[in-house]
Amino acid sequence: MNIYDLTIHELKEKISAGELTPGEIKKAFADRINDVEDKVKSYITVTYELAEAQLKDYENKKEKMLAGIPIAVKDNMSTDGIKTSCASKMLENYKPPYNATVVEKLNEAGAVILGKTNMDEFAMGSSTENSAFFVTHNPWNLNHAPGGSSGGSAAAVAAGECAAALGSDTGGSIRQPASYCGVVGLKPTYGMVSRYGLVAFASSLDQIGPITKDVEDSAILMNVIAGHDPQDSTSIAGKKEDYTKYLKEDVSGMKIGIPEEYFNLEFDEEVKASVLAAVEKLKEVGAEVETVHMTDASYALAAYYVIAPAEASSNLARYDGVRYGLRSEHASDVNEMFTNTRHEGFGEEVKRRIMIGTYALSSGYYDAYYLKAQKVRTLIKDDFDRIFNDFDLILTPTAPSTAIELESKSDPLEMYHTDIFTVPVNIAGVPAMSVPCGFDSSEMPIGLQLIGPHFGEGKIIQAAYTLEKLLNINEKRAEL
Amino acid sequence: MTTKYETVIGLEVHVQLNTDSKIFCGCSTEFGKEPNENTCPVCLGLPGTLPVLNKKVVDYAIMAGLALNCDIAEYSKFDRKNYFYPDLPKAYQISQFDLPIAENGEIEIETEAGLFNIGVTRVHLEEDAGKLIHEGSIDKSKGSLVDYNRTGVPLIEIVSEPDMRTPAQAKAYLTELKMIMEYLDISDCNMEEGSLRCDANVSLRPVGQEEFGIKAELKNMNSFSAVEKGLEYEVKRQQELLDEGKKVVQETRTWDESLNKTISMRGKEEAHDYRYFPEPDLVPLEIDAAWKEEMGKEIPELPREKYKRFISELGLPEYDAGVLTGDKDLAVFFEEVLSDYDDPKNLSNWMMGEFLRLLNENGQAPFESGVSPINLAKMLKMIDQDIISGKIAKKVFEKMYNSGSDPETIVEEEGLKQISDEDELENIVDGIIADNPDAVEDVQNGKDRAIGFLVGQVMKETRGKANPGLVNQMLRDKLMD
Ligand SMILES: [Zn+2]
Repeated sequence: MNIYDLTIHELKEKISAGELTPGEIKKAFADRINDVEDKVKSYITVTYELAEAQLKDYENKKEKMLAGIPIAVKDNMSTDGIKTSCASKMLENYKPPYNATVVEKLNEAGAVILGKTNMDEFAMGSSTENSAFFVTHNPWNLNHAPGGSSGGSAAAVAAGECAAALGSDTGGSIRQPASYCGVVGLKPTYGMVSRYGLVAFASSLDQIGPITKDVEDSAILMNVIAGHDPQDSTSIAGKKEDYTKYLKEDVSGMKIGIPEEYFNLEFDEEVKASVLAAVEKLKEVGAEVETVHMTDASYALAAYYVIAPAEASSNLARYDGVRYGLRSEHASDVNEMFTNTRHEGFGEEVKRRIMIGTYALSSGYYDAYYLKAQKVRTLIKDDFDRIFNDFDLILTPTAPSTAIELESKSDPLEMYHTDIFTVPVNIAGVPAMSVPCGFDSSEMPIGLQLIGPHFGEGKIIQAAYTLEKLLNINEKRAEL
Repeated sequence: MTTKYETVIGLEVHVQLNTDSKIFCGCSTEFGKEPNENTCPVCLGLPGTLPVLNKKVVDYAIMAGLALNCDIAEYSKFDRKNYFYPDLPKAYQISQFDLPIAENGEIEIETEAGLFNIGVTRVHLEEDAGKLIHEGSIDKSKGSLVDYNRTGVPLIEIVSEPDMRTPAQAKAYLTELKMIMEYLDISDCNMEEGSLRCDANVSLRPVGQEEFGIKAELKNMNSFSAVEKGLEYEVKRQQELLDEGKKVVQETRTWDESLNKTISMRGKEEAHDYRYFPEPDLVPLEIDAAWKEEMGKEIPELPREKYKRFISELGLPEYDAGVLTGDKDLAVFFEEVLSDYDDPKNLSNWMMGEFLRLLNENGQAPFESGVSPINLAKMLKMIDQDIISGKIAKKVFEKMYNSGSDPETIVEEEGLKQISDEDELENIVDGIIADNPDAVEDVQNGKDRAIGFLVGQVMKETRGKANPGLVNQMLRDKLMD
């Protein structure tokens, strides 16, 4: 196997066995980037200087969890002195003067950060086609999208351009690209991972999480990034666990709910068959699987497309050309400067969501949209709570299809619909993971989603780990 | 025909809290630093940064709420107020909209027309914005500079009920608020420096009508006198409009100090839609009974209570009580002296006379001078015990003020002790009698006033140290027998 195909835990083993040095590992990944990046285009910025500096510090960090491990970070997480663009013209040359908490934690754990990955502009999108700079290609088929918005991170992991990556997930932005790219993506419980330094899209929904080659790596990366951060008031204290202790092949007696309303939706039959086949495998090893009834996911989608844009309209208001980022050169007064900067700096999808969100919060419409959406949110939360009174996990497909072809969805509503299975999870604030469960007839990966109760990451990891071992497809790699 | 109108005024007062650090980050709030020195990624609103609430700010707001007799909310939350302006780095201000920290209060004020209760609708927390520096207006200036030092400095906004009926009441209410904040020691309350800011809603209605008239919102009144003048102008302006049968339009007007008038800023149509919604980056604020109680213990005797007590228990005239309680430090100083000295009125005379005169001349606060409460008590006792005369005491006091020494040392070193020894005075009194035959004759002819002249001469001879009562007695004994 190639070095760049190895997982975090495999690389760690080779380092500790003296078979590989961090320098050799870094070189192998840099060579891989050199070989395939032209085709995949995962990275907005490669950060070899930072990587070299981190390698130099290896001796001080070698007992740490990620010592010498090459990691990629989505370009919406602040990196001190390194461009953090959010794939937007607005922040094309913006270099933050501070590190996001997760970046600090990676540093502290000895990680070697290789670069900042492409994404949909400000994380708004489901294919990474909304990047203001370029399109990222799915390593399994370059004519297909990697999914989004963390498409660069998922593609980089799938293409062996890093050992693992961080993504952010507001409505499925970790899980859906993980599913499209045949890798593992975990969206933790809201509040499990600090958002400090994550450029906000929708503050009440955004969560950072790992995108990895297998479930074990997901647990390792969670051990590094999870935990309370005094700089994030919404981060939760006292709930962090050692997630690697859940790496057990055991689902006996685990109660898994299959929401009928989700499976009754119209979606790709091959995806459905693959997911249900995986369910059968889990049953065979003792999982207690039952059909459950949940609120129609389309309500969650509707609420999401009010709440997320509403928060985004406010979060993105700071890009006004006054302090940093783009400033329009065509303005004769301050209001024109605001208007033209935002006109020139934001892409179409971002503008669309700012408009939707502004409208939803406007006086006279607030009750009908924002407030109504919040009520729906409460109902969806209650719905999940109700199921989790009796069940350990809920299982659904991650996305209604395998990776879509590039430029195949021009209708924004059609694109929004690709998040139908993932959005309710963010609305409820619960954790969920996408795990590869098979391939369709075009050899494109299929993912299934395991949803747990609040702080149920451990159960998810345990079930996903069991499934991974049963299916034994995690060593299959995209050929480039 | 002039209709009789009733004026209706409500005030919105912003008070900057004097915590050491800002409301949502650790930056210093110190005034007068280099531009943008007191900033960090959080208060600059850099992408990805998040607010963390400063507990001290909540402490202060609870104290303010309690002092204004409000109900303190067990559950309150923060909201975003969205608008674009270059001094607002996030393009939203974190404020409180529908669940403020305190509600339903009232305070008592006093004007020449009597006592009034003014309702306090609410007290809410918010962050201050930065400052723009440009020539003329932002629209016309070639360029603007922004100083974000003030961004994130904690504010409470205190909104009154429309309970005031005259500009004088509004001024008294504002003064009372300022005094309360000063007594709580939670704000510097300096209108000129902007740590106390006041906007007003003003409307008129025919006497007897329940429904409010159309109001104008008045901004930019940067001193107590500007508040009074601005309101008086606005009341007159609206009255004239109504008298002419015209309508008052709902608008925001700004007080122009140089023109001495209010000018329209923007109409109702141009009013902002702030698109308030709950701040998702902060968790709701929960204040339990224990926290409230703890803050309650931090509240000292407030100015109105102290004022009333000075009158009822110390027997001070209303005027004295008003002056002394009008400045917290002065009142504290006064009471500290009283713990060693038991003639409140005599002390009050000294404080309102010599002490205030010197403080004003030197631009100092009560505790900034060389006079300590203990030393002032000592000095007053020395007068009462005839150790020094009242006249000498003024000299001693001035020396205490400037040097910080205690009065005994000053009297000792400067030889200012009153001469109350008859033997010591005998020769001097005899000398004066010998040198002033005309006055002596006058005295002996029954012109009592001439005694005063002779006493004065003795005082002059002794450089004020002679005990004037004793000298008077000695002269009478010598000349009238
Ligand atoms: Zn700061």
